[in-house]
Amino acid sequence: MLKIDNLHASVEDKSILKGINLEVKPGEVHAIMGPNGSGKSTLASVIAGKEDYEVTEGNIEFDGEDIEELAAEERAHKGVFLSFQYPVEIPGVSVTNFMKTAINESRKAKGLEDMPAKDMLKLIREKSELLEIDRKFLSRSLNEGFSGGEKKRNEIFQMAMLEPKLAILDETDSGLDIDALRIVANGVNKLRSEDNAVVVITHYQRLLDYIVPDFVHVLYNGKIVKSGTKELAHELEEKGYDWIKEEVNA
Amino acid sequence: MDLKEKLVSSFLAFENKVDLDSYVHDVRSEAIKVFEEKGFPSKKEEAWKYTSLNKILKEDYSVFPKQENALDYKDVKKYFIHDIDSYKIIFIDGKYSSHLSETTHDGIDVCLMSAALNKPKYRLIIENYFNKAASKDSLSSLNTAFSSEGAYIHIPKNKIADKPIQVIHFSTGNESASLLQPRNLIVVEENSHVQIIERHQNLTDNPVLTNSLTEVFAKKRAIVDYYKIQNDTSSASLIDNTFIKQQRESIASVHTFAFGGKLIRNNLNFYQEGERIDSILKGVTILSDKEHVDHNTLVHHIEPNCESHQDYKGIFGDNSTGVFNGKIIVEKEAQKTNAFQSNNNILVSDKAAINTKPQLEIFADDVKCSHGCTIGQLDESALFYMQSRGIPKKEAKALLMYAFSNNVLSSVKIPEIKQRINKIIANKLGVDIGFDL
Repeated sequence: MLKIDNLHASVEDKSILKGINLEVKPGEVHAIMGPNGSGKSTLASVIAGKEDYEVTEGNIEFDGEDIEELAAEERAHKGVFLSFQYPVEIPGVSVTNFMKTAINESRKAKGLEDMPAKDMLKLIREKSELLEIDRKFLSRSLNEGFSGGEKKRNEIFQMAMLEPKLAILDETDSGLDIDALRIVANGVNKLRSEDNAVVVITHYQRLLDYIVPDFVHVLYNGKIVKSGTKELAHELEEKGYDWIKEEVNA
Repeated sequence: MDLKEKLVSSFLAFENKVDLDSYVHDVRSEAIKVFEEKGFPSKKEEAWKYTSLNKILKEDYSVFPKQENALDYKDVKKYFIHDIDSYKIIFIDGKYSSHLSETTHDGIDVCLMSAALNKPKYRLIIENYFNKAASKDSLSSLNTAFSSEGAYIHIPKNKIADKPIQVIHFSTGNESASLLQPRNLIVVEENSHVQIIERHQNLTDNPVLTNSLTEVFAKKRAIVDYYKIQNDTSSASLIDNTFIKQQRESIASVHTFAFGGKLIRNNLNFYQEGERIDSILKGVTILSDKEHVDHNTLVHHIEPNCESHQDYKGIFGDNSTGVFNGKIIVEKEAQKTNAFQSNNNILVSDKAAINTKPQLEIFADDVKCSHGCTIGQLDESALFYMQSRGIPKKEAKALLMYAFSNNVLSSVKIPEIKQRINKIIANKLGVDIGFDL
């Protein structure tokens, strides 16, 4: 589904990703871990299509098609979703109107009519229940004045609404208490299927107890320096990242 | 002959036609002297620092546009808020159009300034109110000197005008360039309520300069809602002078939607002459090309326990320029005043510019006054966030701009106006937005 080959990317001439190789197949869950500043969030943003980053080498293939030249919205229409580490506040646009616009724009791109209002309401009700989101919350301005946990829950709600093929969760666990973490993880797990895939970017093992990865990769200094199974995550939790850095620098 | 000389010499001919013994004659004669002495304002004056009239004054304006062109309602329907029932006072090239208008004298007076100025039964009102709120600056004086036609609205005590009143000025280009000077008088007596919608619309490419003056008197507990829709062509310029005198416990609001025109200058002045008054000034400005809009506001807090709320938002594209100059005066007696002012702007183009200047003169010591202005670009991180959800950049930008102006629209009380403004905004931004914010 996602095939990243020798990906180099830079921002303002500063090289951040220095040759990433990663393949994600349908049904899989990959975790990307690594110390601060290793390039995890950059990788997520580059896959989602943030314009500030320039791909200088290599390519990103999604469902057999090179996507690195596509605009962020076109990637979204193909089924790429990024749950933001820091969701942006958008005053004046309610959660509901935002989702209506997003869904109908995706449908428009696929040549479909707008979703009938009745279906939209049903979908919103269903997915908000899944994430245990209060209905009142949906008429509030998007992310404005939301707590950290509410923002993250709202990200997964959007994911549930948009039903992406590939969901990249960038530090979705940060700022969540244990109950919110459980709700969010439960939401993600319920959305998993044979046809979609999840890339979890995290510092900690904690979230991976709930969203169990098939593969764990360690990103360090712009490269994936180690890959393994979920046991690797446990090892990192116990020993930290210093041994990885030593291995790489040796 | 420059425009000033032309106006001064035209005045003599004009004034010969009216009753020389009247109060109005004295006011006009005094006013032309003021204009003659001061002339048109220049950028040397502090209040005109960022707006130059030079270019628009170069046209050879016809001061009294001659014949009346008839217009068919179906051709100009789109300039009306046509999906509501309303009174209409319509002018074509400065002349009253009876067949497009719907006036009344049934309980309330919704009619013509010319009638009020000339008929004896209105003499007392004219003597009590005419030119009693307007300032003596040069442009107001110019309007006063030539005041002869416009809207006259009188709502007696304890009356609610049963429907909004639309005042629309059309220009048909029957002169190669026209100067229009409508003069409106609106008196809303105790406990009464009126809603007014004003629009100026040029129908051709021939230049039009409108120097309009409106005096509003909101008596005790009166409520006045005024909507100004400024969405004219690039050949039309507007100087809109509005003076609102409020008595105690009255509420007056003016929404100014400035979406188009070559040059627009809004001189909007509120005078609070009683306690527990609320004055509301809201504005949305969305400009492109070389358009220029200057909002020059004054709220004069004279008595204690009053409030004022100013909220102006501007979005400037291409080479457009904006000015916001908001002055608040709180007199020594005006304790417990709450005065708020905010002016937020987005520059969509590198070549667009905004000059924003709050001016607070506070002489009382127990007041709450706040002002804030921001100038920024569209938030790139918000755009990426929306794009990542599948909303194309153009729509995302529009949605952000829409949301930006949204809280100004939230205080619009007539839903049809809100819808119309939403449509104009969507149109200006070049998108179709499928819902009302």
